[in-house]
Amino acid sequence: MPIQLKRLLILGVVLFSVFLLLKYLMTPDSFGQYGHYRGKALEEVASLPAKYVGSNICNDCHDSIVTIKNEGTHSGIACESCHGPGFKHIEDPENEKMVRPGTREFCAHCHAFNKARPGRAITQQNIKEHNPGDKCAECHNPHQPQL
Amino acid sequence: MKNTKENPSRRNFIKKTGITLGSLLVSSALPPFNAVLFAANKPTGKGIWYGIGIDIEKCIGCGNCAKTCKIENDVPPEPFFFRSWVEQYTIKNDGTIKVESPNGGIDGFTQSVPDNEIEKSFFVPKMCNHCYKSPCVQVCPVGATFESPEGVVLVDEKYCIGCRYCVQACPYGCRYIHPTKHVVDKCTLCYHRLKKGLNPACMENCPTKARISGDLNDPESEISKFIRIKNVYVLKPHLNTGSKLYYNALNQEVR
Repeated sequence: MPIQLKRLLILGVVLFSVFLLLKYLMTPDSFGQYGHYRGKALEEVASLPAKYVGSNICNDCHDSIVTIKNEGTHSGIACESCHGPGFKHIEDPENEKMVRPGTREFCAHCHAFNKARPGRAITQQNIKEHNPGDKCAECHNPHQPQL
Repeated sequence: MKNTKENPSRRNFIKKTGITLGSLLVSSALPPFNAVLFAANKPTGKGIWYGIGIDIEKCIGCGNCAKTCKIENDVPPEPFFFRSWVEQYTIKNDGTIKVESPNGGIDGFTQSVPDNEIEKSFFVPKMCNHCYKSPCVQVCPVGATFESPEGVVLVDEKYCIGCRYCVQACPYGCRYIHPTKHVVDKCTLCYHRLKKGLNPACMENCPTKARISGDLNDPESEISKFIRIKNVYVLKPHLNTGSKLYYNALNQEVR
C-alpha cells in the first residue's frame, strides 16, 4: 500500500473515532428509547398542568347549577366554555373567582345571525334588532336560556 | 490498443454497476432501510392511536376552541400565533371565495359579505392534523419533533434548534416559532390532558361538540363511528401526509 493511502487511512480512522466519541457524549440518555427522539420528552410534555379541569369537578360544589344547566338547551356545554379555566378557582375558591360573562357581545359569539352558521345547530338572533340595549340575562337564564 | 468487439473491462463495469444499483434498490425496500419509503412510524394497529374528527355541519364559529387552546397551552397572544384556529369561508354568487380568520376567530366572527351576495358560507376549524407520515417529522434534522407511540406529533422543545425546516414543511401551516422560547411550537392534541384522562381543551369546550378525538384502533370509539357514519375527508390528501384529522362535510374549496 502506498504511503499516501496509509496516511489517509489513519486520518480517516482517527476522524471516525472522534465522530463516534462525540456522538456518544452528545446523545441524550433516553434518545432512541421509543424512536428517533428523546424518550424523556414524552414525559415532559405529559407533565404539563391542565388548566381546564372539567365539569365533573364543578359539580362537586355547584351541583344545583349544573343540574339546572343539564335540564336546558345548554346541557352539552362545559362550564368552563363560558366561565374560563378553573385550575386556580379549585385551589382557592374564595379569592380566585371564575369569569362571569354578561355582555351581549359574549352571547353573540354563538347566537348572532351569520350565514356561515349552520341553522340547525344553533338559535340565531339579529342582535341589532332583538331588544337592543338590554342584557341577554335579563330575560334568559344563561344556564337554561329557553323561555 | 487492439480494437476488438469484446471488451471485458466494460462488460465488468456494467455488470458491477447493475449489481450495485439493483441491490441498493432492493435493500431500500427491506425493513431496516425502508426509511426511504416510509420515514415515520408505521401504524402498528395496537394500543391507542389517536385520530380527530371535526364536523363542519356543527361548527358555529364561536372561536371557543382557539381561545381555550391559547389559555391551556400558553400560546402567545399575538394574532398570528395559533395552535388551533377557525376560518370563515364565504363563497360568493360570482364564484369568488373569501376566507377570513380575524384573530383566529377568538373574538367571534361577523359576516363581511352582504347576505344577498352569498352562495354559501361555513366555518372550518383548523389544527395540527397529527399525520402519521408527517412531512414535519421527516425533515427535522435533530429528531426534536416526533410521533408519540399514540400517533400524536410532538415537539421536544429542549432539543429543538429552531431551524424552521418543519414550519416550512407542514402543508397545513400548523407550526410557528415561539417568540420568546425561539423553538418551534405546535398543537400537542393536549397530550398532557389525554395522559390525565381529560379531553383536549378545544374539544372539551366546544359548545356543539363539533370536534372529537379518540382511538382509531377501537372500532367502538366515537371517532371510529364518526368516520364510518359520516362522509369524511382529509385536507390535501394528494400530499399523502397520512392526516388523521377527518372533516365531515368538507367543501372542495377548502385548502
